[in-house]
Amino acid sequence: MTAIQINSVEKSYKSLKALNGVTLAIEEGEFFGLLGPNGAGKTTLISTIAGLIRPDAGSVKIHGHDVITDFRAARSKLGVVPQELVFDPFFTVRETLRLQSGYFGLKNNDKWIDEVMGNLDLTNKADVNMRALSGGMKRRVLVAQALVHKPPVIVLDEPTAGVDVELRQTLWKFISRLNREGHTVVLTTHYLEEAQAMCQRVAMLKNGQVVALDTMSALIRRISGSQLVVHLASGQLPDDLRHLVAHDEPVNCNGINCHPGNRFSLRVNDYAEVEPILARLRESGAVIDEMQLQQADLEDIFLQIMDKGSV
Amino acid sequence: MSMVSVGFQTLLFKETLRFWKVATQTVAAPVLTAMLYLLIFGHVLEGRVNMLAGVSYTAFLIPGLVMMSVLQNAFANSSSSLIQSKITGNLVFILLPPLSHWEIISAYVLASVVRGLAVGLGVFLVTIWFTDMSFVAPVWIIVFALLGAAILGTMGLIAGIWAEKFDQLAAFQNFLIVPATFLSGVFYSIKSLPPFWQAVSHLNPFFYMIDGFRHGFFGQSDVSPWTSLAIASVFFALLAAIAINLLKRGYNLRH
Repeated sequence: MTAIQINSVEKSYKSLKALNGVTLAIEEGEFFGLLGPNGAGKTTLISTIAGLIRPDAGSVKIHGHDVITDFRAARSKLGVVPQELVFDPFFTVRETLRLQSGYFGLKNNDKWIDEVMGNLDLTNKADVNMRALSGGMKRRVLVAQALVHKPPVIVLDEPTAGVDVELRQTLWKFISRLNREGHTVVLTTHYLEEAQAMCQRVAMLKNGQVVALDTMSALIRRISGSQLVVHLASGQLPDDLRHLVAHDEPVNCNGINCHPGNRFSLRVNDYAEVEPILARLRESGAVIDEMQLQQADLEDIFLQIMDKGSV
Repeated sequence: MSMVSVGFQTLLFKETLRFWKVATQTVAAPVLTAMLYLLIFGHVLEGRVNMLAGVSYTAFLIPGLVMMSVLQNAFANSSSSLIQSKITGNLVFILLPPLSHWEIISAYVLASVVRGLAVGLGVFLVTIWFTDMSFVAPVWIIVFALLGAAILGTMGLIAGIWAEKFDQLAAFQNFLIVPATFLSGVFYSIKSLPPFWQAVSHLNPFFYMIDGFRHGFFGQSDVSPWTSLAIASVFFALLAAIAINLLKRGYNLRH
């Protein structure tokens, strides 16, 4: 079954086209990543899924329920962690979670509330007022609020922005467990390594359009192989190797021994291509000071796609 | 979905708890303000004016002050809760769950009624000792207190939905709600006004709420309580229709 079906969604703010015909189908049980630079339309799309924004055209369905015409059924299936760190200063953590349970029609939900708090390391803050919590703790409560009704679809809008490593690990452990138990998870994040580690499939948005949509492994395979990073002690990169340069600027130049201009990142599709490159360098008289073979990662793919616009 | 769904109960509980946690500001302060009005106006005007036959000015003033407090605090509850939630962003906790429009309206309005009546009761209990009060028709007292609080709670909901900034809400309150309550016969009987202003007062829906409420105490009023009930009920229905329309459209809530 399709967990989230997004059909040709458009949304404009005056002259800005925030969403320009987005169509996506996220299947039940998927861990799905929604990536893109700031202003790409990720939060607008999530807000449309959540019913916080009404699209100018197109439709969104959660488990088959339209988010406008059948909003009660759609919202009962959805748990959203908003990007903004918002809280109600009148209440404690436990009160906040009990209230949120009640809004979803659950009266005696303390067992699950305790479990969620335990999994997010919130138990010892249960009776603390929201105002007194640190930013990271408030973020945990936001996550807990989205999970009080055990929603089959969980949407996290940059849940780890500005939070420490401990929370990230705690959060991903819990969310992964929920995903294994069958919950669909949709994630937006600026931490691409996080998306690479967690998501089975990703969509990349740019200027309100989907510019890439594939499984993580297929994306990595399709777009780029590995990179051979060489630092030349002397000599020049031969002209016939220049077409392999992956980046215009020297890369990984982050130490005192960095010599901009002598460090090159060369695209190679498999290991067999490495030796001919080294042979050509030797032939040209270049002396290699340092060499590294790097696997392409999501960041490389992201940069390539955002440079090109689509793949 | 019935009106007593868990969602409705929870939102009502939350909205009630919200003002109760700061009861000094939301209940005690308006009670003190109303008592000061009574002490000052009662002292200055007692024996000098005669609003209703056989009724002292202090006794005349008490129902007016009680009702004014009910109305203003009912308005303040829903409007301030909504605008605060909007500005701080935590309104999202109400917008994300599957609450129906009716559940939202009825919970906000009923919580406003609770606060309005709590303040009204407080004002009544601290002012009743200043004079002998009569209770000719207690049913009218209860009916108009409930209806008045519900009307202003709904107005507060509309104002809270409409306003995007605190000063817009303050303008709504200062330029509409306060003048409408002060000019509705809290401190005087409209019969003491020149004919033109009497006619103008009849256009003010707040006048009927206070006039009907006062009828419950003294059995006397400027217009029949049935007329007041009909006009106030129509006004309430109109406001409820506006509120439900705004919520259905997501006006200033869902963009």
